[in-house]
Amino acid sequence: MSPKPALVRIRGVSRRFRDTVALDGVDLDIAAGEFFALLGPSGCGKTTLLRVLAGLEHPDSGTVTLDGRDLLSVPAHRRPVNLMFQSYALFPHMSVERNIAYGLARERLPRAEIRERVAAVLATVGLGTEARRMPHQLSGGQRQRVALARAIVKRPRLLLLDEPLSALDKNVRAEMQLELKRLQHEAGITFLVVTHDQEEAMSLADRIAVLDRGRVLQVDTPVGLYRRPRGRFVAGFVGSNNLFRGRLRASGGLEVPGVGVLPAPVGAEAGATAGAAIVAVRPEGVRLAAADAHGTVGAEAVLSGTVLDVSFHGGSSRIAVTVAGLETPVLVTTSGPATVTAGARVTLSWDADSAVLIETEETTRKVGGETPCDP
Amino acid sequence: MSGGRLKAGPAVRARARLALIGPGFSYLVVLLVLPLALVIGYSVFQRGRFGGIAYEDGVTGDNFARLADPLYAGVLTDSLRIAGLTTVLALALGYPTAYAITRLPARWRTVALVLVVLPFWTNFLIRTYAWIVLLSSEGVVNSALTGIGVIDRPLELLYTDTAVVVGLLYAYLPLMVLPLYSAIERVDPRLLEASADLGARPVRTFLSVTLPLTLPGVLTGCVFVFVPSLGNFVVPELLGGGRTVMVGNLIRDQFLSARDWPFGSVLALALMAFLVLLLMAQAWAGQRLGGRR
Ligand SMILES: Nc1ncnc2c1ncn2[C@@H]1O[C@H](COP(=O)(O)OP(=O)(O)OP(=O)(O)O)[C@@H](O)[C@H]1O
Ligand SMILES: [Mg+2]
Repeated sequence: MSPKPALVRIRGVSRRFRDTVALDGVDLDIAAGEFFALLGPSGCGKTTLLRVLAGLEHPDSGTVTLDGRDLLSVPAHRRPVNLMFQSYALFPHMSVERNIAYGLARERLPRAEIRERVAAVLATVGLGTEARRMPHQLSGGQRQRVALARAIVKRPRLLLLDEPLSALDKNVRAEMQLELKRLQHEAGITFLVVTHDQEEAMSLADRIAVLDRGRVLQVDTPVGLYRRPRGRFVAGFVGSNNLFRGRLRASGGLEVPGVGVLPAPVGAEAGATAGAAIVAVRPEGVRLAAADAHGTVGAEAVLSGTVLDVSFHGGSSRIAVTVAGLETPVLVTTSGPATVTAGARVTLSWDADSAVLIETEETTRKVGGETPCDP
Repeated sequence: MSGGRLKAGPAVRARARLALIGPGFSYLVVLLVLPLALVIGYSVFQRGRFGGIAYEDGVTGDNFARLADPLYAGVLTDSLRIAGLTTVLALALGYPTAYAITRLPARWRTVALVLVVLPFWTNFLIRTYAWIVLLSSEGVVNSALTGIGVIDRPLELLYTDTAVVVGLLYAYLPLMVLPLYSAIERVDPRLLEASADLGARPVRTFLSVTLPLTLPGVLTGCVFVFVPSLGNFVVPELLGGGRTVMVGNLIRDQFLSARDWPFGSVLALALMAFLVLLLMAQAWAGQRLGGRR
């Protein structure tokens, strides 16, 4: 995928805590200078993976190399890797300044340089005036920024950030995101960032890995992940998707019992044989039109239904439409305020190109489709 | 306190408060305030010819002046030295012990803590007598050492300052271990991990994170050991053989042998004043250390 050599190579890393499998044969390559994001539901093993890389957790099996050298045999304090803890883990008995200087002092840097770098990073995270405060005198968001500063000030080869911006408001968060990107480009630091915020992952990351129950389901660029989700889980987890279950016809289209034939990529083209399949259509790929006065359905219409709910999100509107024969409403995104209201009869359509074949009987076996998924 | 379901009137609440505070308060009045008032009272009178108090001779400050006597100052410095040494040794032994216990698996931690307080289940006097059996010239230690030929003549172990320190240490070590244990156990393991992650070796992590965060516990443990050691008179009596006179012995002697209650009271007050100062210092330091959290 990436032309750059892998900085970190993770192979078959597994970690089990009694009856929970936190990591299940994780394979990942992270290129030098890359901004890599981990995305996944709570408890899927994101923190555990970061802790393995930081040396705070030992995997039951698997290997990790950094620059081609074994990393697992190196104790935590000698790894050129820094972790920003999800719980911050600020030293309660040290001021903000001393917390941040702690890691630099361990490198035996001259005091003047430490002071300079601490001041610089404090300015970066916007806490210049809080330098002398103790952690308990800070707000949650300020504490999070101290934890971030403490990790980035070391300028390690690999920076592991566990939900680094979750406690920040929108503006500060956007600012910090820019700072992280700047660090990536200027200092050449490789980032591995855990985030719950998909938008954040999408906008920041060069590549994203989606984890579920300790397994890597897909690694791809944000666009790739969005356009070509592999498997039901990813399709349902990354952004919203309308999933249709049916039989793929060799001549094109997905035959959904009781609903009809929906536009879908031709099975053979999508690399799948005709048969049971799931097709995903993004809400913004669906066109919506008001049914005419007689309730007749236009020529290009694929489905018809009743508007269930309309919500306005500033730049766009999200419309949920109930369609007879489908269990879940079809979601449609239109730009600007919606022109329809709840209860209106509408027709829906989309191009075969906007539909993605995400799972067939064949891929189900490969990807492991036992994930119960009801999008 | 402000439970929504408890809508008791002020009178009821006042009565409830009295019922809760009452027993403890009466206990304090009868067993602490009254004796203390008596001791303060005694201290300003003169001793009677045959012991007791000669109230008819009037009030005097002489008893307090006697404190300046180098004889008593010497006893005080000896006591401080012995109690101080005991405290330092208890810390040196107690910290690693407490630390080791926190690193045990949860099940074994409880077992270890029970073992630490186990000696308290036996009478203090009996436990101290046991040390006589161990340390006397025909005692267990000496017979063992002569038996394996390490020494020819029995060592003089009993009736020394060392024996007193050993006895006090043995008596009060659990009072050091318990507060240390609870302090060390409360340190968030994430902080130690963060320290390692930032490049600190284990020793550095201990000195910069664990130790500062457990200082309040260290302080508490030291006071718990130092205070009773300083006032103890049983151990110096039994293991010091009367050769080591500590403040506790002196006070007891004034009351029971010299029958000089006024001076005994003065000594008791002096000891108490010293300990109150110490506790105030501890509270102050504890607050400063704890306030940084
Ligand atoms: N020390 C531990 N002992 C027992 N189970 C653990 C331990 N650490 C993690 N787990 C379990 O391993 C699984 C993965 O945990 P992890 O902290 O990696 O999740 P996560 O993806 O970071 O979740 P979140 O997004 O909520 O932070 C969870 O089921 C968790 O309960
Ligand atoms: Mg986590």
